[in-house]
Amino acid sequence: MTATTLGAEQVGAGGGRNLEAGGPRKPRGNRATEPGRSLGWKLGVVAIVAYAMFPVLWILSLSLKSDATIADGKLIPREITGQNYRDIFTSGEFVRPLINSIGISLITTLIAVVIAAFAAYAIARLDFPGKGLLLSGALAIAMFPPVSIIGPLFDMWRVTGLYDTWPGLILPYLTFALPLAIWTLAAFFREIPFDLEQAAQVDGATPYQAFRKVILPLALPGVFTSAIIVFIFCWNDFLFSISLTSTQNARTVPAATAFFTASSNFVNPTGQIAAAAIVVTVPIIIMVLVFQRRIVAGLTAGAVKG
Amino acid sequence: MSSITMRGITKRYADGTEAVSNVDMDIADGEFVILVGPSGCGKSTLLRMIVGLEDISEGEMKIGDEVVNDRAPKDRDLAMVFQNYALYPHLSVRENMAFPLRLAKVPDAEVTSRVEEAAKVLELTENLDRKPANLSGGQRQRVAMGRAIVRDPKAFLFDEPLSNLDANLRVQMRTEIARIQKKYGTTTVYVTHDQTEAMTLADRVAVLRKGVVQQVDSPRNLYNSPANLFVAGFIGSPSMNLVPGRLSGSRLELPFGTMDLPDEVAQRLAGGSGGAQAGERQVIVGIRPEHFEDASLVGDTSHGMTFTNRVDSIEWLGSELYAYLPYTGAEAIAQQLGQLAGDLDMEQSSGDESQLVTRLDAASRVEEGKQAELWLDARRIHLFDPETGEALARPPVV
Repeated sequence: MTATTLGAEQVGAGGGRNLEAGGPRKPRGNRATEPGRSLGWKLGVVAIVAYAMFPVLWILSLSLKSDATIADGKLIPREITGQNYRDIFTSGEFVRPLINSIGISLITTLIAVVIAAFAAYAIARLDFPGKGLLLSGALAIAMFPPVSIIGPLFDMWRVTGLYDTWPGLILPYLTFALPLAIWTLAAFFREIPFDLEQAAQVDGATPYQAFRKVILPLALPGVFTSAIIVFIFCWNDFLFSISLTSTQNARTVPAATAFFTASSNFVNPTGQIAAAAIVVTVPIIIMVLVFQRRIVAGLTAGAVKG
Repeated sequence: MSSITMRGITKRYADGTEAVSNVDMDIADGEFVILVGPSGCGKSTLLRMIVGLEDISEGEMKIGDEVVNDRAPKDRDLAMVFQNYALYPHLSVRENMAFPLRLAKVPDAEVTSRVEEAAKVLELTENLDRKPANLSGGQRQRVAMGRAIVRDPKAFLFDEPLSNLDANLRVQMRTEIARIQKKYGTTTVYVTHDQTEAMTLADRVAVLRKGVVQQVDSPRNLYNSPANLFVAGFIGSPSMNLVPGRLSGSRLELPFGTMDLPDEVAQRLAGGSGGAQAGERQVIVGIRPEHFEDASLVGDTSHGMTFTNRVDSIEWLGSELYAYLPYTGAEAIAQQLGQLAGDLDMEQSSGDESQLVTRLDAASRVEEGKQAELWLDARRIHLFDPETGEALARPPVV
């Protein structure tokens, strides 16, 4: 108990320091240096972090427990075992879905970002008839409840042979991810001064060269942002995966964990499911950590006098 | 290097408004031409039509001997410096300047030598590896110019390049631009709303108003012999005094006195466009502030008019003295002057009283609030038709 309290204080102190470090950039930041408010901030941060992290910690704890102690209700495992992780990587029920997840998510992200970059560029730069319709249509699709198209999609996929294949999941993922990516990227493209492109054209660039050598490098933060959004959307999807697959041919991890079998028929595979949940969280964490450095504001600073 | 020829260049928008109307202009090889006019006069649009960023609705644009109307900007071989510099923020100064060369697939060794030479000319050598964000305004301006000169283009185009700099730097960069243009001898078209830039830099200045070219001439000719009221009011600071006048024969009646036009003016009037008209007629008389003088300081007052007027206020600047004289009677041309003030983005003097701005010798002893005897050089007055605004008798260039 003492250990937990100490940990919480450390988290709080860290949070407070971050706020103060951010102070000079935000005019209001210095409020946090007042003792009363500072304490309030720390407590608030601790509460939010604890609330958000507790389920994750619990899952982590479960994944490290042995079958015998899995239901003991303790956060700190009595003994730590890697058995659940060994099990999921040897049983064959997890590795193939993991490959499916990585493959399908990466392919979808790549296609979505490339198409969205061109579409968003056109939307940001050109005035063409039906632009408003296109944008609102894209938004409507993004807001459409996926569950309402699952039934028809199931039938169509059975007929067309897309059922239980990678393209069978990539297509519906693209449908929902593209509008998001287009909207995000269009917002980034609009921020880039039009003069830069005209300067590139005068300097001898074709429109495509101007896009590739000037606009795209400047829109990289936006490209990474939308890539992350799309990737996480595909990675986390359960609905399409559970409905449009029947074997490990295309089933992704979220759906596959529901089909886990334990070593004996009389035990729930709770430990393995927890281990799988932890493993699938890792790529997301890595992705955000890697890309957050690229998502820096102010990349266009110095382009034009503003 | 190349000449630029425009024939009947017109820019018409979808709603029928014309931003640029029927411009004919010949810019010689190596010439420095400045397009000047108040905001919204179409000067930037015209420049963008030369470079190809705006479509040409009508007319023919030639660079050298080639018609370029339908050519993309990249195929016109022109270099442009944008008002906001438009540097590529993700590239170093070196790569910014090398950008057009890389696109043209110039070999690496030559790119390096050309960029370094341009950097030397522009004093950017120490900053070659920095990003634009870490440069001062003046340095960014130099990089933008560097990007233009490394290419050795057919012409340089400048779109208000100095308007984002503070006053000191502006003067400095103005000299810099003049130096570089002289050094390379490249045809240059330069847009500005600042008449000082226009007068100091240009070989010839084109004054635009509402998309129509009013006069294309050397700075000296524009100042001494404006073709119409607009050019007269636009060029010169403080601007030319415009007062109503009544002309009968060679007698000119002004609100503050009457004079006989000198023979030379009368002759020009007879030979000019308003020539044969006999009898009385209304005119607008333009008098530059420096063509007034304290009568006591003028030896020979024969070729001018001496008059007495109250002095409202004076500004003594050491080398010269500005005296402001109130007079009445400007209502006769209030409508024309109001329109002119609107075109020039200036405020029109309100009320019945108008003010003459006179520049006198610093030795003058005129005093505020008292009557003063002033002399006006009749040989240097400008006469304009109140209806058309055209100059009636243009003084010779001095």
